[in-house]
Amino acid sequence: MLSESILRELREVLGGKNVLSETEDLLTYAYDATAAMRRKTPDVVVAPKSTEEVSQVLNIAQKYGLPVYPRGSGTNLSGGTIPLEGGIVLSLLNMNRILEVDTENLTATVQPGVIIQDLNNEVALHGLLYPPDPGTVTTATMGGSVSESSGGLRGLKYGVTKHYVMGMKLVLADGKVIKWGGKTVKNVTGYDLTALFTGAEGTLGIITEILVKLIPAPETRKSLLGVFDDVDKAGRAISAIIRNRIIPATLEIMDNMTLRTVENFTHAGLPIEAEAVLLIEVDGYKEVVEREAALVEDVLQQEGAVEVKVAKDEQERERIWFARRSALPALAQKKPTTVLEDATVPRSKIPEMLKAIREIAKKYDLLIGTFGHAGDGNLHPTILTDERDKEEMARVEKAVDEIFQVAISLGGTLSGEHGIGIAKAKYLPLEFGEAGVRTLRRIKEALDPEYRLNPGKIVLRKE
Amino acid sequence: MGIYSTLTSIEGELHKCMKCGNCQAVCPIYKETRHEVGVARGKISLVEALLSGETEMTEGLSERFSLCTTCMACNANCPCGVRFDRIILAARAEAVRQKGLHSAKAIAFGALKRQGLFDLGLKVGSVFQGVALKRIPGRKSGSRLRFEVGMGQTKVFPNLAKRTLRSELPEIVRPAGTAKMRVAFFTGCMINYFYTDMGKAVVEVLIENSLEVVIPNGQGCCGIPASVNGDVESARVMAKRNLREFENMGADALVVACSSGGSAWKHVYAELLSDEPKWRALAEKWAEKSYDIAEFLVDRVPFKEEGLGRVERKVTYHDPCHLNRGQGIYAEPREMLKKIPGLELIEMKEPGRCCGMAGSFSLTHPELSDQILERKIQDIAQTHTDTVATGCPACRLQLASGVENADLQEDVVHIVQILAESYRAGKLEPRV
Repeated sequence: MLSESILRELREVLGGKNVLSETEDLLTYAYDATAAMRRKTPDVVVAPKSTEEVSQVLNIAQKYGLPVYPRGSGTNLSGGTIPLEGGIVLSLLNMNRILEVDTENLTATVQPGVIIQDLNNEVALHGLLYPPDPGTVTTATMGGSVSESSGGLRGLKYGVTKHYVMGMKLVLADGKVIKWGGKTVKNVTGYDLTALFTGAEGTLGIITEILVKLIPAPETRKSLLGVFDDVDKAGRAISAIIRNRIIPATLEIMDNMTLRTVENFTHAGLPIEAEAVLLIEVDGYKEVVEREAALVEDVLQQEGAVEVKVAKDEQERERIWFARRSALPALAQKKPTTVLEDATVPRSKIPEMLKAIREIAKKYDLLIGTFGHAGDGNLHPTILTDERDKEEMARVEKAVDEIFQVAISLGGTLSGEHGIGIAKAKYLPLEFGEAGVRTLRRIKEALDPEYRLNPGKIVLRKE
Repeated sequence: MGIYSTLTSIEGELHKCMKCGNCQAVCPIYKETRHEVGVARGKISLVEALLSGETEMTEGLSERFSLCTTCMACNANCPCGVRFDRIILAARAEAVRQKGLHSAKAIAFGALKRQGLFDLGLKVGSVFQGVALKRIPGRKSGSRLRFEVGMGQTKVFPNLAKRTLRSELPEIVRPAGTAKMRVAFFTGCMINYFYTDMGKAVVEVLIENSLEVVIPNGQGCCGIPASVNGDVESARVMAKRNLREFENMGADALVVACSSGGSAWKHVYAELLSDEPKWRALAEKWAEKSYDIAEFLVDRVPFKEEGLGRVERKVTYHDPCHLNRGQGIYAEPREMLKKIPGLELIEMKEPGRCCGMAGSFSLTHPELSDQILERKIQDIAQTHTDTVATGCPACRLQLASGVENADLQEDVVHIVQILAESYRAGKLEPRV
């Protein structure tokens, strides 16, 4: 509990209704979308409306030595917004205005609380698109997705969030405000702060304004489904598509376990005997889409697909993607706890990774369904378990350890798009080595020596 | 034990929730407050904390549980199929068991349990309503509160009818010629006391379709206002009274023109009485033959199209939550409207979005209710129609209030009134 005088100071800055301090409200900021995490209730939740107010909150936090946990919609999957050490949860949801859509420079300027889909609805009026589309596109905020550098289904062709950020306004741990970047395509002035703060998970500063790049929305799109009786063949098909110089907007995979579960859940008519299916979408100008779709169909056939379906209309297309969108919820229905990982490997290593995951599942006697963004190597091995079962959770932890080890040994990474947060902080040395982690820590300490911002995430204080 | 009897009954629903937060995308309350406690995920975590003993039931908690219009949009958007409406109803019932009912509600539901007393009160009210309510100049119906009593002064209330519907109509109304079947009409309070025009339209349309209409005099409040606020005991009394009265009169089918009433007969009564096998059986028997009026006239006894006259209206249709998501009825009202000659149906953006009424929610959270309504009214304004049709008297009240306050020239009516209007027009048109 915070003293009444601190609360009064916060209320003076933000207004009473933007400061929540009753237990009944605080309990609802003790978690995010990450499974099997310990809950921790903050001491206060504040929701500033301007950069100036954010800065003042940080001054108060500094004065009283309180940690500050920035939060958008709380939909991340790495424990990134859980207020581990109590203190202040700083909700950015009241800063939810789209400040500008510049149709000549193809940029948008937004506050961090804008929901990604709302930005897309707005720019769509101008025939434009903001491509990053994490699964949480209708709920996640721009601030949250920039802080996690989230990816999504269009990563293969369009890249991820970090490829679209051109500048920011940000409040540092000491309350000072900095601003950089701009609407120019070219900008090499100074260190690349955009790269530093995108994906920093709120540990280095609080983003209060974001400038992003937009692109012309593709004219049309076409979806295909390839069915394989062998995971290796599916893997070779992925490489073959790329080798034929086609970059689909989306290239997804679902394994047998996922397929069966999804089919059981949706009755969409999926081939449950298949070892893997590839779901592919090409987009662009009509003529190009026709040509690419035909090429993809040929390649799938050449690579030994048992069956290739091309969506003939919007309804059929919708059916394909409904099955894909149902993957996680369908798997989640099977057991109370769903541990969703996002270990990522070079796309050429997908078959090896899939095989390794299956072996790990067998070794630890666990249910693991795997689906994900095969085209960019970002798989989602999903462990179905029950956090109340201590013995099984111990096996889950070992399996996760091993999944990460395999990913890294294949030249991959711990996290493709969910971030490190609390969940993966302990694996960091595996990828960075001790000297690497020390470098990250020095960056953290240079900007936030007191570990004021989102402490307990990514780099931990040195014991 | 059902959701109205024990909180542990919804543990299974709680386990389904994986805290993905997808409910945020559609929750009308969260859209306005942007506080986690407004959305289903937030309240689910509160119920979890309550069950785990991390917190106990407090006034504050019970207040947070009141932050839900039970619009069920989160249910529909939940990838894991969580039935949040069941969770919130169980939580509210638990709050009342532990903390008692808010005093204003206790008085209201107490009166509704004794319908005679309530009738008398409203009768007196219809004479004296001018004391508390100020009629809006230049309008036939509708008044605003003269003074602030904690429920806002913006809401436009319909005037109380001089005579209640049930006192105006005989208990049995027979069509000319042989009746196809005997249909019982459950009026619900709003139609009985305020919107008698809707009730008359229901009877008119049923008679037009050669159906005998029974309107049991002993029927009363459906009990939903009590059950959604956790006053389970009152709700049970009301459910039993209605079941008894309708069973005594007997009918081949039961129709309602109110989405709460429909939910009550189809779903809530059996659940409320699940611990009393005899009553439960009776509730299930009536649930099977209960229909919303649009559902009845489209699916059960298709209304005759012969004799429909032109209705020159541009209509937009608002889906009541408890009809659309609650009972799966969204196609039937549109089908009905499309068959009316001369009528043009123009869909609004998000017709299924909650209007913010939610019964007593609009009285206990007037500001939020108005904010939610405002979005709905903007969507209606964009349709450039002259009529808003809906399938529920509560939505009608809310929409009429919003339309009035926004100065829109729109009639707000129940679709069955438009059907009645069409039959009337048909009688005036020259036969070819």
